[in-house]
Amino acid sequence: MSANSRNSARVVLESSDISRALTRIAHEILENNKGSKDLVLLGIPSRGVPLAKRIAQKISEFEKVVIPVGSLDITMYRDDLRLRPPRALAPTEIPEGGIDHKVVILVDDVLFSGRTIRAALDALNVIGRPSMVQVAVLIDRGHRELPIKADYVGKNIPTSLIETVQVTLADFDDASENVTLFGGEG
Amino acid sequence: MKILLKNGSIKGEKVLDILIENDKIIKIGAPNTIKDTEAEIVDLTGLIVLPGLVDLHTHLREPGREDAETISTGSAAAAKGGYTAVHAMANTLPVADTAGVVEQVWNLGKSVGLVDVYPVGAVTIGLLGENLAELSAMADSKARVRIFSDDGNCVSDPVLMRRALEYVKAFNGVIAQHAQEPRLTQNAQMNESTLSGQLGLTGWPAVAEEAIVARDVLLTEHVQSKLHVCHASTAGTVEILRWAKDKKVNVTAEVTPHHLFLSQIHCESYDAKFKVNPPLRRVEDVTELRNALAQGIIDVVATDHAPHPREDKEGEWNSAAFGMTGLETALAVVATAMIDTKLMTWSDVARVMSEKPAEIGQLTEHGRPIAENEIANLCIIDPNTSWKVDAKDTHSLSTNNPFDGMTLKSKVVHTIFRGKFSMKSGQVQK
Amino acid sequence: MKKHLVSANDLTKDDAVLVLDTAKELAAISDGLVKKLPTLRGRTVVNLFFEDSTRTRISFEAASKRLSADVINFSAKGSSVSKGESLKDTAQTLQSMGADAVVIRHGSSGAPHLLATRNWINAVVINAGDGTHEHPTQALLDAYTIRKHLRNNTGDLSGLRVAIVGDILHSRVARSNAILLKTLGATPIMVAPPTLLPVGIKDWSGEYSYNLDEVLPEVDAVMMLRVQQERMNDAYFPTAREYARNFGLNIRRQKTMQKHALVLHPGPMNRGMEITAEVADSANSVVIEQVANGVSVRMAVLYLLLGGTNNETGDKN
Repeated sequence: MSANSRNSARVVLESSDISRALTRIAHEILENNKGSKDLVLLGIPSRGVPLAKRIAQKISEFEKVVIPVGSLDITMYRDDLRLRPPRALAPTEIPEGGIDHKVVILVDDVLFSGRTIRAALDALNVIGRPSMVQVAVLIDRGHRELPIKADYVGKNIPTSLIETVQVTLADFDDASENVTLFGGEG
Repeated sequence: MKILLKNGSIKGEKVLDILIENDKIIKIGAPNTIKDTEAEIVDLTGLIVLPGLVDLHTHLREPGREDAETISTGSAAAAKGGYTAVHAMANTLPVADTAGVVEQVWNLGKSVGLVDVYPVGAVTIGLLGENLAELSAMADSKARVRIFSDDGNCVSDPVLMRRALEYVKAFNGVIAQHAQEPRLTQNAQMNESTLSGQLGLTGWPAVAEEAIVARDVLLTEHVQSKLHVCHASTAGTVEILRWAKDKKVNVTAEVTPHHLFLSQIHCESYDAKFKVNPPLRRVEDVTELRNALAQGIIDVVATDHAPHPREDKEGEWNSAAFGMTGLETALAVVATAMIDTKLMTWSDVARVMSEKPAEIGQLTEHGRPIAENEIANLCIIDPNTSWKVDAKDTHSLSTNNPFDGMTLKSKVVHTIFRGKFSMKSGQVQK
Repeated sequence: MKKHLVSANDLTKDDAVLVLDTAKELAAISDGLVKKLPTLRGRTVVNLFFEDSTRTRISFEAASKRLSADVINFSAKGSSVSKGESLKDTAQTLQSMGADAVVIRHGSSGAPHLLATRNWINAVVINAGDGTHEHPTQALLDAYTIRKHLRNNTGDLSGLRVAIVGDILHSRVARSNAILLKTLGATPIMVAPPTLLPVGIKDWSGEYSYNLDEVLPEVDAVMMLRVQQERMNDAYFPTAREYARNFGLNIRRQKTMQKHALVLHPGPMNRGMEITAEVADSANSVVIEQVANGVSVRMAVLYLLLGGTNNETGDKN
């Protein structure tokens, strides 16, 4: 990131905003699915994983049940592998009980082109057959390149293509928590 | 036909003019003291004049491997490198182990006429190390063979070596031994060292050379004959030679330009152009060989010019052929290794590349003083140039020159063979 | 990471750990229901084997296929390559067939190096064993196996001592392991009769010994190398019995080892020669597991060398 784009950084969500957004998503998930039965939350590395854990935590608090939560690395299913240097893999951890006949909620930090979710659907496909797949994201910044939409959105942030959205999580990045928009016209 | 060479520095010393008529030097004098209106005048200002170079160890491949080299192409490469005489090794097909073959090589050399080609005769029939070849017949032939060698195949049988050393005394011959204990070098690929272990290439221990040199020196002393050690490559061999010379054993030795310049580190590339027999050794050996040459422990530089077709050199190391070409680069390599480092003078170069090799080969018309009434065999060098070797720019049929891409000091400019330019301003005169 | 994997020296510590970490994730996926990943779909991997080695070939073949690469097995033994057709001709043939990676096994040390450096071919070159030089993926799978058991499947191998026992002189496995163990912070200890140690062994990184009994109690793992019967005929040692007596791993010797110490063998084993059946089948033996780990490690290497756009590896984010 250039010094110039740093200059035009703008915080769009504070830590408390993030927490409220996740609480709302947790409620919406329960509402939509009429309770917590058969729910499995899978975070997409890297920041989708702590977000999934937080949402699961909140659901557990509301419902007094343990929600299975895991992670799903989609690196090997990406369609842009050859456009970039190979990356290190992150763990895939499927909770005990698997995903067959479950409602899988994929959790990621930012929804952008939709290609990550597409890869995640491929990855899921070889692991099992959920009864339903839903998508929860903290930020939807638009610019979809595939027919994919989020079922739960923390905040919609209209962006231009030259801007970048950075999510910083206290428990993951060991830094003060916020969502920042970099670049653009400032 | 006359040639007047003006202002050349004789062996890097006095600047003189030299007048050549037919095949002889007829007059030598201070600059501008010789006047001759008929002579072709060639200005040698800034250049060095040495007696024509003499190679004791050349593989011309003909007869048999004319795809790698012929006497014609090898002669051209020799002329380009400043040589006026070469000794053609016996490992041809058929082997030069009879008077017939050596005379054929001799005649082919004459008909090409760019250098004198002196055949080396095989010590044993077919180089097989079993029965002595007809050494006397070769000595008495038109080719007048005096040096005998099974080069590449060491005469490892001590009894056979003893007999050969004794037998050649009758006609003042010399046995040139390629010192390699065969059992210690089975499937050997490079100098045995930490590096060979790491590269996974079968080691070629220095002792495999030194054990044979030591044995042969002792045999030579015992039977009072003459031994010539081919391409000495280790510090241990130098040590044995020093001891032998102290004891006045009649032994001479040669070193190749590549062993004076390159070390085993090049094997790291697995590029088979660095595969040679004996193998490239440690840096310490290179240093010791240079000192030994400067001190006269090693007598001469011999090229071991060993051309190979490309397919024998571009594959895997294990299956590639041993050997390097060297006639065209020898003088520059020696100048870079020995003169640039102040270890030797041009007069020393004349000794190790012309006078002493001629003496070992018992040649009467090469390696002579640059003086009136001598045959005009001369090598003229520009000592103030440096050039980048291009292996493809060669008169040899083969391109396996390990110095490819390296920058060398000094270059042969003209070669005069028996009073005529065999190479002039870099152009071989065919 | 470098473009090719010809020598264990091509790997920095970070590279090596990345390979092991990637292998760990791939193993986790493969252990489950997923037998095939789409990662290398449309890429062609050629197994170019100038020497027979069914084990190594099928390991690479399985790894390639699990990543959905197209696999072409080019067994050069008995084909025109055995004599006449050169390595260069073969390389150019593969180039025109559109090979993206060439996994090469060759009897001559340095053959993969030539393939990687001579501009005969653009493909990624992976050394599957060359002469008596190197076998880097074997060293990676050994390191993976050791790390899994003794370092909780993470990080490097610092502080571990690993004995490599047997025909070090002719072993490509020993060479690659000596390098990689050192890279990962472990200490390799070469153990063999003096005739089977290379001349410059004292200059190698690590240690060496002529006495297996002295070394065993203090190592964390011992790697037994296959000893070829024909070495006996070349006078490297007097008899197979004497070799087994001094350098064979039997139960009595294994009992002198630490509780956690592993027994590895690259296979195929000479049971009764360098290792007894009891030891090979004992609880601390990880010989069978090495085979499975081989596939994961080779998948990791193929993914890291072939999965991306260029020679660099590592997430820049």
